Amino acid sequence: MNAPASREFTKGFSKSNPVFVLLLGLCPTLAVSVTVHNAVGMALAMTFVLVCSNVIISLARDIIPPKVRIPCFIVVIATFVTIVELVMQAYMPPLYKSLGIFVPLIVVNCIILGRAEAFASKNAVGASLLDGLGMGFGFGWALVLLATVREILGHGTFFGYELVPGFQPALIMILPPGAFLSLGLMLGWINWRRSRRARRRQDTAPPLKLE
Amino acid sequence: MGIGEAFAILISTIFVYNFVLSRFLGLCPYMGVSKDTGSAIGMGMAVIFVMTLASAVTWPVYRFLLAPSTSNLWYQIFGGDPASYDLTRVLRTITFILVIAALVQFVEMFIRTVSPGLYRALGIYIALITTNCAVLGVAVLNVDMFFQDAQPVAASYLKSVLQGFGAGVGFMLAMVLMSAIRERLDLADVPEPLKGVPIAFIVAGLMSMAFLGFAGLI
Repeated sequence: MNAPASREFTKGFSKSNPVFVLLLGLCPTLAVSVTVHNAVGMALAMTFVLVCSNVIISLARDIIPPKVRIPCFIVVIATFVTIVELVMQAYMPPLYKSLGIFVPLIVVNCIILGRAEAFASKNAVGASLLDGLGMGFGFGWALVLLATVREILGHGTFFGYELVPGFQPALIMILPPGAFLSLGLMLGWINWRRSRRARRRQDTAPPLKLE
Repeated sequence: MGIGEAFAILISTIFVYNFVLSRFLGLCPYMGVSKDTGSAIGMGMAVIFVMTLASAVTWPVYRFLLAPSTSNLWYQIFGGDPASYDLTRVLRTITFILVIAALVQFVEMFIRTVSPGLYRALGIYIALITTNCAVLGVAVLNVDMFFQDAQPVAASYLKSVLQGFGAGVGFMLAMVLMSAIRERLDLADVPEPLKGVPIAFIVAGLMSMAFLGFAGLI
């Protein structure tokens, strides 16, 4: 039980990372990655909704009739999104303001509905919880990586602190085109690394086949 | 609302704040369905239709069921203090997503019975639209932007519907342009790791840069 459980948790980091591999949840990834601060806030909100909805849906998986399962999932997800909205409005109004409409739009994020449909509705509570945590963190690191690149190049800062005094920031990186370009290049880099690794594995394969 | 104001809303939603290229809404269908021009047009039409309708439906729901005022339905039934019927914070997201999901289902059924030919052309795209964040996005933006006390009711409603229509047209424009470029990209000599989605994102970045040129228009 231990080995598969840890796999449920880590698969979201690289092997089926929601952003870089499955290409899900792209709208908030691009829109919110202007500063690392926003990215961390969004990632935490997403993880909370993902974990809670996964647990509830997994608990109720035998009660929900298969025919109306999607509307049921959406209601569960929307409830937790409303909780996040209210908490953020009350305790973090500046963050709520800068994330804007992307807080209510967590409802239609394909990662959450995708995990509910593909995993939580078929698996036990513990596994679903780990799956939600892993996917949330996988989404989070992708978002923070993109935000780091964009904030350093576009603002010359990291988490609001100036890095290199006198650095002339490239404004384009914090405008919409910078988001598309940096995600495109990042996906290209990941593809390049993956194909290089596959080639290396092929190079070492023949001696194994010979024996 | 004058014709000038209406024109300004259309220009701003189609070009200046294009939903895909500047607001980052609806990227999943934008990347998924833009591989050929035919399906891009089909998806674009379906989105224009559903977005206009969603704007037209969510606004009255917000006004008469959620927002605190003397025309709130719950106040009409139960009376008391109209300000105490403020459900906008607690129920907005749930109500909007349910209304949109029901609407999409209804539109799909309606088109299937009325015009099987149109259904064959648009059917699969309409089913995909429920999880399109652009539709919920336009509903939320409408009430955020146009639903203020100072606005006359009729003008606010017309602006919302117009913004829904404009947003759909902007989505279709970005989508059709993208699909035309991607059809040519298939023949181009793209470096191996960038083939497919990565190059599509870089193209979207260049398009979004071009759309930045409209920024001073409004």
